[in-house]
Formats: sequence, structure tokens, C-alpha cells
Amino acid sequence: MENNEKLTKKGTSRRGFLKGAGLTTAGTIVLQTGVLGKDGKKTEESKTVGPDPVTIEMKVNGKVRSLAVEPRSTLAEALRDKLQLTGTKVVCDRGSCSACTVWIDKSPVNACMTFAMDVGDREVTTVEGLAVDGQLHPIQEAFIDHDAMQCGYCTPGMIMSTAHLLEENPNPTLEDVKHATRGNYCRCGTYPHVFQATLAAAKKIK
Amino acid sequence: MKKISWYNATTLQEAQQEVDATASSLLSGAGKGSAILKSGGIDVLDLMKEGLIAPQKVVNIRNIPGLDKIEYNSKSGLRMGANVTLSSIEKNNDVKTNYKALQLAVAKAATPQLRNMSTIGGNLGQRTRCWYFRSIDHECLRKGGNTCFAKNGENEYHAVINNGTCASVYASSVATALMAYDAIIEIAGENGQKREVPIEEFFVTPYQDVRKENVLKGGEIITALMLPSVNDKIKSHYIKQGARQSYDWALADVAVVAEVSGKKCKDAKVVLGAASPVPMRSKEAESILMRDGINESSAKLAAEAAMEKATPLEKNGYKVAIFKAILQRAIMKTV
Repeated sequence: MENNEKLTKKGTSRRGFLKGAGLTTAGTIVLQTGVLGKDGKKTEESKTVGPDPVTIEMKVNGKVRSLAVEPRSTLAEALRDKLQLTGTKVVCDRGSCSACTVWIDKSPVNACMTFAMDVGDREVTTVEGLAVDGQLHPIQEAFIDHDAMQCGYCTPGMIMSTAHLLEENPNPTLEDVKHATRGNYCRCGTYPHVFQATLAAAKKIK
Repeated sequence: MKKISWYNATTLQEAQQEVDATASSLLSGAGKGSAILKSGGIDVLDLMKEGLIAPQKVVNIRNIPGLDKIEYNSKSGLRMGANVTLSSIEKNNDVKTNYKALQLAVAKAATPQLRNMSTIGGNLGQRTRCWYFRSIDHECLRKGGNTCFAKNGENEYHAVINNGTCASVYASSVATALMAYDAIIEIAGENGQKREVPIEEFFVTPYQDVRKENVLKGGEIITALMLPSVNDKIKSHYIKQGARQSYDWALADVAVVAEVSGKKCKDAKVVLGAASPVPMRSKEAESILMRDGINESSAKLAAEAAMEKATPLEKNGYKVAIFKAILQRAIMKTV
């Protein structure tokens, strides 16, 4: 572990390299006006934006962030590539595995199937936003205590689903936990530990 | 995925002014145009990611005010705005109390995340999940081609009834329950007029027009769904069987709404989802229940009758057995 850390600090990490490379292609902000409507009439102030990047403001983990996104961008892409919030994972990219689960106004959604443009003035919470002042959320602690992960790809999504469950229902049954995580796929098969961790976190919060 | 421009509509008229195509018209190459509507946007984005459609503009109707309410009145029934999410229906107390089959169907649809995003209007408008339809490499009948690849292909999840032209099944399992309640679909036309379409007339079968799954025309927007009021004699149930306990598309799903008094069954609606290209009522099963009342033997007879016309394909014969089992169970759950 120590050696690895030294290596990362000295050299360029893979993620740091990708971020740097991304800068050269970051788009300019273009706001279109005067786009043709369906009837061919040029509207004075068309609300049509894009297809080039549009600057939007998004409330993420308690802070208002300004970012330029193409209208085709998903929330997952915006979070990962523009805001470097890479805790949100993209696995299936079709809303089938829920690894990309984030909260929009406290409701879990798939960031991979949400247009970034569609967030509007609603608040996004990602797995990075759960810890308060460096103190992990009880669900995060319980996942560590109960060894509720293997490869870790599904883990941020599992945490966002189970943390939301405990906000809505502080006394969940095993069936409640299963219902809340029905969309979260774990191909390592960590489900039993995820369930135990969630039930344990519920007890601890009380 | 190709680039798009974006339009955030705040009124129906504004959206209708901007839009000139539907996902379906882009899919089948019918007509021109390149601006489509999206509400929850999940199916639209999915089709775009697969490269099946490449709209130039997406017109967002999710923020149009007034379309996101659930209203219940014991006389007029239930009215759900088209932008109501599936999870708000799932958690609504009036739905829980009065429309049990709908509540069960919504709670079993998709995943918790998708239920928080998907709207009831979009859920009805989504296209089939047939994997040949969803494959860019297969130009199937529904997309303007001349072959149904499922008929002699991988057809384990396909239709067992009315599968002579196209063997796909309708994607929405919520529609199964809605049909059992005789839902009415309110649609806003481009001329500003609203029309009300009974759900049975909303769907278009492949025999009628294989390129369409519903009657929506370009520029039309679903604005609400209405369910008639219920009395305390009306009992209902819904069962969905997937391949897994967790989230999955239905292998088979059934909804039963019956007016039961004592041993008699005055009225019955039996609907099968994932059996044919559109949700379908089994009038054979309904008439047995109305003739014999609801009991173990009538439930068995009705389940057999519902599958009498089944013409399973090479790999989906097992679905017939599932339909019989879950229909029998659902009927018995109404008493």
C-alpha cells in the first residue's frame, strides 16, 4: 500500500492524466439565439439551446456549480467528466444496473438515463455528498464493517439506495431492504452483506 | 449518440409548436421531421443511445405545469396527470385503497430509480422491448423492414397470442392493470382540442399497423389518465412473473378486476400483459367468472380459457403455463 501511494504521488495518476487530456478538448460556451422554429419563422428569442455546450448551474452536494454541457449529456457524464465526481459509476449506461444511482431532490434516480439539462433547479446528491465534515454516513460505515463490497462498482449505487431507504423508513425489514435495492445489480453477489449492513446501520442510527 | 438541441416547453401549445416527429415516426422512417417530445425521457434516451433514433431536437414536456397531479374523487374516480411519476402512483394512498391492482402493477414496474423518473404518460408511450426491434442490426417489420426475426429466432420472451405478424410484446406492465380498470386516456391534439380514448382503443395491433403501437399522432400529447370510480364490491389483483425476483421485464403478467357479491361475480375484467403485441382482455375468462362466480374451479376454467387461443412459438411455450398459473392465483386473490 505504502509503495503504491508513493508511486501515485510522484507520477501521474491515470485519472489525473485523463482530466488533463480532457482540458484540451473542453468546449466553448455557445448560447444560440434566433433558431428557426418548425414553421420556418425565426423567433426573436428561441428557447432552443445547443447542440453545442450550454452553461448551466446545478446544485450538487450543497454547492451551486456552473458547468458547460452538451444537451445530449447525461447527468452521469456531467458529474464524472465536468465536475470530477467520479464516485458515481457508469456500468450498463441504460438504467438497468443502477450503479449510477444519485438523488435528485432526495429521490434515487439513474444518472445515466437523466439528461443533465433536465436537472433544472433540483438538487443532486452523489455518494461524495453523504459524508458530513469527513464523518462517513452510517451506511458507509456499515458497508465497511460488514464487508458489503467486492469489486466496488455497484457500491456507490447500493449506498445511495440504502441510505435513501433509511431516510424514508428508519425501521426497515429485510423485505424493505430488498425492495429498495431491486434495481441495483451486484455481479459479485454481495447482496447478503448489503442487506446485513443496511439493517445494522438502521439499528445504529436509532 | 448524435448531438441534440434542447427545448424546455412550459405549455402544451409551445411543445406542439416545436415538435414535428415522434420516436415511432423516426424509427420507422415514416414522415420527416426531427424534433421529438420527452417526458421522463428514459425510452427516448435509450433509443438514442442505441442509435435507433437521432432526433435533432428534444422538446422537454416534463416541466409543463398542471400535468403532475393525482386527484381522487369517490364519484368521478381517479385522474393522474401524464407527468405523474410511477413512484408517486405507487405511494399514493387513494390508489392503494381503491385501485389495488394498479398499485401492485406500478410497484413491480422497473426499478425504484426508474419509477422515480418515469412518467405514466411516457410509460404508455414507450416502445416494445423486443430485442430485434431494439437492435440496430435488425430491420424488423416494426421499423419498416419486411421480416419478424423473432418468429424463427430467439423468441423465449415473445408473444404467445396474436403473434402471426409481429411477435413482440407490449413493454408497459402498468398498462395491463390500467386496462382492467377501463382507463381513459386524455390526449391533447395540435388544434388545442382534447380527446378521450378508452385504453382498449389506444393500442394498435400489428395486424392494423405494424409500425405503430398506439394511436398517438405527431404533435399529440397524452395529458392525463382517468380511472372510473370503484365501489367496495370491486376487488382487484395483479401478478407479474419475471425471470428473477428482483427487477425484470414481465414474462407474463395478469390483472383481474371483479365486482363480487357473495358467491356471484357481477362484472369481471381479465387482462393479460406480455401475452400478445398489445395488452389484451380475455373475454372467455371473464364470461366464465361472471357465469360461475369466483371459486377454485371457475378460476381454473377461466385460466384455461384465457390460453385456449395460444399459439406459442418454438421457445416460449413455457409462458402459457405461467399465464395459467398466475391468472388462477390472481382470480382467487380477489375473494
